[in-house]
Amino acid sequence: MLNKRDSKNMKALPLMIALSLGSVVATASANSRDHIDIVGSSTVYPFSTVVAETYGKKTGKKTPKIEATGSGGGMKLFCAGNGIETPDITNASRRIKKSEFDSCQKNGVKDIIEVQIGFDGIAIANAKSAPKMELSTKDLFLALAKQVPGEKAGELIENPYKTWKQVNSALPDTKIEVLGPPPTSGTRDAFAELALEGGCNKVDWIKQLKSDSKAAKKAGDKEKSTELKNKHKEICHTVREDGAYVEAGENDNLIVDKLRANPKALGIFGFSFLDQNSDKVQGSQIDGIDVNFETVADGSYPVSRPLYFYVKKSHVDTVPGIKEFIAEFTDEDTWGEEGYLTDKGLIPLSDEKRAAMAESANGLIPLVFEAE
Amino acid sequence: MSTHNTDKIKAKLKKRYAKERRFRAYGIASLAISFLFLLTLMVNIFSTGLPAFQQSYIKLDIHIDAEVLGVTKASDREALFSANYSKLVKGTLKEMFPDAKTRKEKRARNKLVSNSASYDLRDHVIENPELIGTTQSFWFLAKDDVDVYMKGKIDRNLPEDDRRIKDFQLTWIDQLQEEGRLEKRFNTTFFTSGDSREPEQAGIKGALIGSLLTMLVTMALSFPIGVLAAVYLEEFAPQNNRWVDIIEININNLAAVPSIVFGLLGLAVFIALFGVPRSAPLVGGLVLTLMTLPTIIIASRAAIKSVPPSIREAALGLGASKVQTTFGHVVPLAMPGILTGSIIGMAQALGETAPLLMIGMVAFVADVPQGILDPATVMPVQIYLWSDSPERAFTERTSAAIMVLLAFLVVMNFIAVMLRKKFERKW
Repeated sequence: MLNKRDSKNMKALPLMIALSLGSVVATASANSRDHIDIVGSSTVYPFSTVVAETYGKKTGKKTPKIEATGSGGGMKLFCAGNGIETPDITNASRRIKKSEFDSCQKNGVKDIIEVQIGFDGIAIANAKSAPKMELSTKDLFLALAKQVPGEKAGELIENPYKTWKQVNSALPDTKIEVLGPPPTSGTRDAFAELALEGGCNKVDWIKQLKSDSKAAKKAGDKEKSTELKNKHKEICHTVREDGAYVEAGENDNLIVDKLRANPKALGIFGFSFLDQNSDKVQGSQIDGIDVNFETVADGSYPVSRPLYFYVKKSHVDTVPGIKEFIAEFTDEDTWGEEGYLTDKGLIPLSDEKRAAMAESANGLIPLVFEAE
Repeated sequence: MSTHNTDKIKAKLKKRYAKERRFRAYGIASLAISFLFLLTLMVNIFSTGLPAFQQSYIKLDIHIDAEVLGVTKASDREALFSANYSKLVKGTLKEMFPDAKTRKEKRARNKLVSNSASYDLRDHVIENPELIGTTQSFWFLAKDDVDVYMKGKIDRNLPEDDRRIKDFQLTWIDQLQEEGRLEKRFNTTFFTSGDSREPEQAGIKGALIGSLLTMLVTMALSFPIGVLAAVYLEEFAPQNNRWVDIIEININNLAAVPSIVFGLLGLAVFIALFGVPRSAPLVGGLVLTLMTLPTIIIASRAAIKSVPPSIREAALGLGASKVQTTFGHVVPLAMPGILTGSIIGMAQALGETAPLLMIGMVAFVADVPQGILDPATVMPVQIYLWSDSPERAFTERTSAAIMVLLAFLVVMNFIAVMLRKKFERKW
């Protein structure tokens, strides 16, 4: 009795281990993939997922897998090599950088197809019951930065402004109270980059820092260049923490509701939410430009950015369905003015640009990087 | 003198009793507080989540027009597959509600039913090509806005500007309801499909299967390795050996390492070095194995230690070898404790998202995974992704997914209790 059970146990245990180890080894031979692998920006994620789903349903093929890694993280994975384990497509809420392009080239990712899909605008809005604000990017910088320029050039003081009138005498005498996304959000990054930095570059000596940094880089002084660049970024991107800027969470729906309850506050969120809630909130004018489909699409609204995705050409023949996916994305029913992506808040490209982009994308014409 | 003493004792006794009563009251109070928290949580989850188990459906009478589709009964599968079925659905809606004039109204009309309608229709026609040319009634999923309204979450008495469903849409919905074409039914889609960006089409099945596969990998690896490690350390390892001490300290430390670190390790070792596919339950299971191993080893060692030495001595005294003693007597007797520890470890792993972020399991995966190499996501990740979505109908689905996760945990614990009962022995 004892011996019997003993031997049974002794046989079963190594068998279990062998089985589990066997499954690990088996994966080493997994070198083909039948689904498209997409990584990248969380701003493009909501659009990319809808297209992926429609593509899957329309073609009956496997639905692409999409990870929101952020634009930079996506590029890093994308440029890691040509192997089947690397992603086929990366989404980006900005254009590929020279350094990223170079790293791609270095790792053998030679041909990259660039597709611009449309625009994303960031609205600065308040409740409809309050008067519409007419702001400039400089007003936003002075109202929201942690440190603002003092009276002398080169001097920084803790942000002293309490009301909009103190920032700019043309603005109403209400308390500065802005609800916006936390630092982890891509919307916040874009807001800092486009609105705050745009405003802060209107102060001459801060702008000078950036050109000095470039000059230092040219002169070969890399250390000084980075130092100046970081200083510039710190001044421009650091948001005040004394309660005037309220981190309202990642959920833009929540910000809309809070604005309705508090007509004195301003809120920062993606244009799609303004579009969906146009009955409750209104977008402020920035630098004299209203926020709407047209101004974002033609680039005159300053707080907007283009959205892209990049395709690895070497994978087009090895991973099935990439061509069809590009075709689905660049279809008029998808990204056109009446397409389903506009329902999700994408601002489409102009007709001519769409046509040109669709042609180059479907023709798999690789990107040639021109220096700025 | 003596009465004075008894008084003193009595007073002290009274104090001691009071102290004891107080202590019991504290205990009951803390129990009550934790129960209250649990109750609030449960009531909150259940009240938001329960409506998700119902879904509105709309009945449309669709004339499957061969001309519109450009196919005949004799067409091959490919032609049937690529025909434009959404035209049929839109045409039917247009006939039912001809009053839509503006572009906005027309778009709203097409959005009464979910965009899955045309795919459902397609699949149905492919299976039954003889239906071409006839008129058939179909129940299609209603769009999320209609569904949210049907569940009473949009107040029609609010001013039109303040609600997502406008007056013209309300008249359509009223008309559908009068004709008996709009009803709430049990939401089977929620259990039979994978993730979707359209709330009405989104289901938990993909994440459920993903969790199941990941747990199977975790269990297949961590249970044998953990138990064997514990057995060796407890029964065979040399005592007072420096190496054994170092290993012991490391195991205890590993149990307290933040789980994201295991994710980083998984990324560097399993994905980068061994080439295990990203986002697959296999790599998820491997990472979670690393995470649960210390828990299982520590619990198993405690269970083995609690087996009385008399059992070992008796077996050895009767001439059994060390291995025979261990696997014939000690391990079976320690099994209930080992199982409890393993289940606690597994339950922990089931609720984990942080390490999975690094290995690509926090992703949009619409297809239900078929094996441990397919891309998959797990239930806590699904809950997180849904809670982040702007569509209002995802709120209730988030809570419903939490309920499914809780049910999964209850089932797991139930199995553990059953196994424990089975292995329990008295000595």
